[in-house]
Amino acid sequence: MLDTIAERPAPAAVASARPAAAPAVMLANVRKSFGSTRVLNGVTLSVKRGDVTCVIGPSGSGKSTLLRCINALTPVDAGTVVVEGIAVHDPALDKLALRRRVGMVFQQYNLFPHKTALENVMMAPIHVLQEDREEVEARAVALLTKIRLLDKAHCYPGALSGGQQQRVAIARSLAMRPTIMLFDEVTAALDPVMVKEVLSTIRDLAEEGITCILVTHEMGFAREVADQVCFTDHGIVVEEGPPEMIFTQPEDPRTRDFLGHVTF
Amino acid sequence: MNALRVSGRFGVGMMGLLLASVLFGEVQAADGSASLLATMWKWAPLIGQGFLLNILISVVAMTLGTVAGLGLGLGQMSPIWPLRHAAQIVTQFFRNAPWLVLLFYCILLLPYEMRLGGLVVAMPAWIKATVGLALPVMGNVSEIVRGGVQALPPAQWDSAEALAFNRRQTLWMVILPQAIKPMLPPWMNLYAVLIMATPLVSVVGVEEAMTLTRFALSAENRSELLLPMYLALLIAFFAYCYPIARWTARLERRFAVKL
Ligand SMILES: Nc1ncnc2c1ncn2[C@@H]1O[C@H](COP(=O)(O)OP(=O)(O)OP(=O)(O)O)[C@@H](O)[C@H]1O
Ligand SMILES: [Mg+2]
Repeated sequence: MLDTIAERPAPAAVASARPAAAPAVMLANVRKSFGSTRVLNGVTLSVKRGDVTCVIGPSGSGKSTLLRCINALTPVDAGTVVVEGIAVHDPALDKLALRRRVGMVFQQYNLFPHKTALENVMMAPIHVLQEDREEVEARAVALLTKIRLLDKAHCYPGALSGGQQQRVAIARSLAMRPTIMLFDEVTAALDPVMVKEVLSTIRDLAEEGITCILVTHEMGFAREVADQVCFTDHGIVVEEGPPEMIFTQPEDPRTRDFLGHVTF
Repeated sequence: MNALRVSGRFGVGMMGLLLASVLFGEVQAADGSASLLATMWKWAPLIGQGFLLNILISVVAMTLGTVAGLGLGLGQMSPIWPLRHAAQIVTQFFRNAPWLVLLFYCILLLPYEMRLGGLVVAMPAWIKATVGLALPVMGNVSEIVRGGVQALPPAQWDSAEALAFNRRQTLWMVILPQAIKPMLPPWMNLYAVLIMATPLVSVVGVEEAMTLTRFALSAENRSELLLPMYLALLIAFFAYCYPIARWTARLERRFAVKL
């Protein structure tokens, strides 16, 4: 335990020694177990600033856990996680400071059902960033306009379709002006039309230069939009590279096998 | 719903029984003594005042118990383990202790007066008894809070935390506002149990409806009064609790559909 801590660079050192092209997110040998279930067995992954990275892999391979380690929703057992120069693996991590920079959207939208769409978007900037209410409202309205849901601003989540809820959830994260966005199978619970709406929203983000990490089963999207595709199995990153490489000439037999079973 | 309709009929039945017992008493009554109804009417204002004290005790005990129970319930979910364990132990203790024993303890252990800074606050028996009743309420509210919060999807915690809410903000802005609805019916049930338990305080000499009924009975010293007087008391409690029960059931149904 002691020597693993000693091996890790101190957070301050990481921040100051960060070269210009340092990755936005860097995971090295990350391990995580839940009881006796080993979920991550030494994950190593590096994400460039502004890139779109798609994480694919079979169910139970630890994709959600990997994402949750990036914003410290799940603490790692061992290994290094550095996000925008912040040492996430450090037990003394300031979680709130990290999460102000990293947004996350979930499969089941998880909007706050007792708040309207607009209130959902405004809550965190007002209470967490303590920004001026009017300023936040203007920004929230702009975000809702961008996702074409301004007319639903005063609706409660229960009155919105799945795709609309998911877009509000994305807007809610964006209202915090994160530099990194994590998406965990955000289209898995949606019908094909809504999938399109949500994916086009994410594509816009990528164009704005926000670093995006998506866990997805949308291989078509991954192929088209991703800068990097990363295949996970049994808690490790088996193979990663640009989509044309992963999808057309995967090296590892496990990747080939998995891609052989998915439809595009 | 069915149970409620049945208990509604039960109320009507009790009324009938009261009338029957009064009539029966009138027949039995020795000539020359005042009619039973007149006697009961004579005592009604005093016992009615006592009943108001029952209501007051129940409302104050419920308020105290709810505030303390909310704190205790949140303590049960604290990430700080010594606090969590302490809250769990206290909750289990007060939930599983007989109410009457807690009542005696409060009467015996609480002082006659309390000093708050320079202020001297008198502690009459009814206040001590109210504290005694607030303790089991606290234990039960603590469990209701824990149950209500833990019944929410953990995803609500995740999304609040992912938005950089701290724990306090997550609880007060995201979790509790959603947990209140499912907590309301069991909380109102608890209140009904509490008001029904208020006659317990008569054993420690608080002059509530039960004590005063007993007082009236011994003053009149007429055995044929016994049945109708206690029945009248039962009906008073029933009349107070039944609307609450109906309302609780309505809320339960409404939330059951929504959740
Ligand atoms: N909080 C937890 N407690 C215990 N086990 C967990 C927990 N979270 C995840 N697991 C287990 O870890 C394994 C990987 O879970 P994870 O959700 O990361 O997989 P995934 O790749 O996202 O799967 P899916 O595609 O089905 O979402 C699973 O076997 C799961 O049961
Ligand atoms: Mg998952």
